Amino acid sequence: MSQPVRPEDKIENGERRAFLAAGAAVAGTAIAPGVLLYGMAQAKPADQPVSAKVRWGMLIDTTKCATGCTECVTACNTENSLSGKTGPQDSQWIRKVELKNLQTGARHSLPMLCQHCEHPPCVDVCPTGASFRRADGIVLVDRHICIGCRYCMMACPYKARSLVHENLTDQNPEVPRGKGCVESCTFCVQKVDRGENTTACVEACNAAGHKAMLFGDLNDPESEIAKTVKTYASTEVRADLNLNTGVRYQGI
Amino acid sequence: MKIAFREIEGKSQGYWGLFAVLAILAALGVGSALYMEHHGHIVTGMDNQIVWGLPHVFAVFLIVAASGALNVASIATVFGKTLYKPLNRLSGLLAIALLAGGLMVLVLDLGRADRLIVAMTYYNFKSIFAWNVILYNGFFAIVIAYLWTMMDQKGGRWYKPVGLLAFVWRLILTTGTGSIFGFLVAREAYDAALLAPMFIVFSFNYGLAVFLLVLMGFYAGTGRALGDKMVLRLKNLLGVFIAASLYFVFVYHITNLYFTKHHGLEAFILMNGGIHTLMFWVGQVVLGYLLPMAILFHPGLGNSRAWIALAALLAILGGLAQMYVTIIGGQAYPIDLFPGFEVSSSFYDGVVHPYTPSALELMLGLGGVAVALLMVAFAVKVLRFLPERLDDETVAALHGAK
Ligand code: SF4
Ligand code: SF4
Repeated sequence: MSQPVRPEDKIENGERRAFLAAGAAVAGTAIAPGVLLYGMAQAKPADQPVSAKVRWGMLIDTTKCATGCTECVTACNTENSLSGKTGPQDSQWIRKVELKNLQTGARHSLPMLCQHCEHPPCVDVCPTGASFRRADGIVLVDRHICIGCRYCMMACPYKARSLVHENLTDQNPEVPRGKGCVESCTFCVQKVDRGENTTACVEACNAAGHKAMLFGDLNDPESEIAKTVKTYASTEVRADLNLNTGVRYQGI
Repeated sequence: MKIAFREIEGKSQGYWGLFAVLAILAALGVGSALYMEHHGHIVTGMDNQIVWGLPHVFAVFLIVAASGALNVASIATVFGKTLYKPLNRLSGLLAIALLAGGLMVLVLDLGRADRLIVAMTYYNFKSIFAWNVILYNGFFAIVIAYLWTMMDQKGGRWYKPVGLLAFVWRLILTTGTGSIFGFLVAREAYDAALLAPMFIVFSFNYGLAVFLLVLMGFYAGTGRALGDKMVLRLKNLLGVFIAASLYFVFVYHITNLYFTKHHGLEAFILMNGGIHTLMFWVGQVVLGYLLPMAILFHPGLGNSRAWIALAALLAILGGLAQMYVTIIGGQAYPIDLFPGFEVSSSFYDGVVHPYTPSALELMLGLGGVAVALLMVAFAVKVLRFLPERLDDETVAALHGAK
């Protein structure tokens, strides 16, 4: 066994066989999403289906986020097998943004990532439906339907998405990526679906002692994130767009 | 009066020379697309900041020009100007060919061009892009039917209704194309209700410029008679469309200047945007509007075929410059994530994004143009698209028939 078989490879091969057997291209492609959803459902403990009762979210306290610190970025790259290069054609799922208030001169540092909008423009514009929002609020790209048109990159107000510009090697089998498809932060869906209920960036930020990021279920009144957003002021970036983002910020 | 249509001979050296050049350009276009497909978009000048590059400039231009090229037929059918009736076949043919060329570029520039079947079978009906796929397919079907009503006796009685449908459909199609940008709420350059109607006016302009050039080219090349009456009418119409484009661009920028939040963007396009400012003033405004208008409305130059052809060519170049400013300029100007803050990051937040197209992208774009022209050159050889003569007597007779 030289190469690990990726889950989606299995699907693709299975699909191809079905296609040949049925001899109908339309039938073949029409089955794909069903197979994929089935695969996803299987990846989770049976007692935890993706449910709209949950809304995964993140709260970022910019007063705790350290200028120059990139622990979250590094952790994301490791978890999701990103190269970590920062050329204009390289993927960046999470990046540190340095801010300076033009009036007051106040400086802030914060991580920027897919905001997992409740009303995601990327999903609205995607012609094929490859961009989708799960019931639990996580916005993903189905890399088997993405045609690489990049309309979602044009539409995302947060510049959260990247196109894979070249062939990839050494990938994490749990994180499907591929040349010609668009990708973005998945809220570490593989970890969430395993029941870990945290993300690589949040873990790294905590491990570094900053504790600037909080991940959890916004719909669960007992969760730390729900309690915090209920008690303290927090804001969405570009709140004027009314996207009800899953990621919120404090201190800006 | 009856107009005789005839295939062109298509045996001359000139014809085959043109055919060969176009075929080579088309092959180069497809070849660069295959190369891009193999290596990924890393071999292009596009990146995660400028996600739509030169191929989109050509593709959107061709698609917009396609719907405009149908204008001549619409004037004949819908507005009852019998004068233009002899030209409606060429008008329909050009519309189909330009759309096919544009779509080819659009599809070959996809990250996964091999998944065309997915694009055709999966639809997200909230997406204006998906609607456009339907609009484009419908356009092909309707214009082909339209051509049939023109060219086949049996179709004659459907000529008017199908022509009307084609007219309405093309207006919706251009609105749809313009709306692709209108839906991008986060990008300042596209945050304008004016975009869709502006694209319709642009389409009149670009479509007619291409039409005029192709018409004059084929008649000159085949030695068939094309009288001044027809040419001068068309060139006056082109002048009006160019003026209308200029007017819309003027209003667009005035409106943007009225909203304080767009001042940064306006300064970028109009004053300090480097290549984009240059493209706007020199490419779009001077070459695309002022110069051709001056030629077309000039009492002397405006009557010369060569100058009219130059004006049409300039209008086309101006159109490409306009698409460059709209598409590339709109992306080059950074998204304002945090209004009131100065921002910087490893992902190029807050800075103007540079873009240097690669030769591959240029070849793909030109390949689309070549495919469109190739289709026209081939079609007029095998089917009866062009009237045998359009000299002044013929045209005068038609005019009288009106
Ligand atoms: S941040 Fe961008 S990519 Fe993420 S859900 Fe919102 S629009 Fe989509
Ligand atoms: S690039 Fe992929 S995910 Fe994005 S809009 Fe196009 S098909 Fe959808």
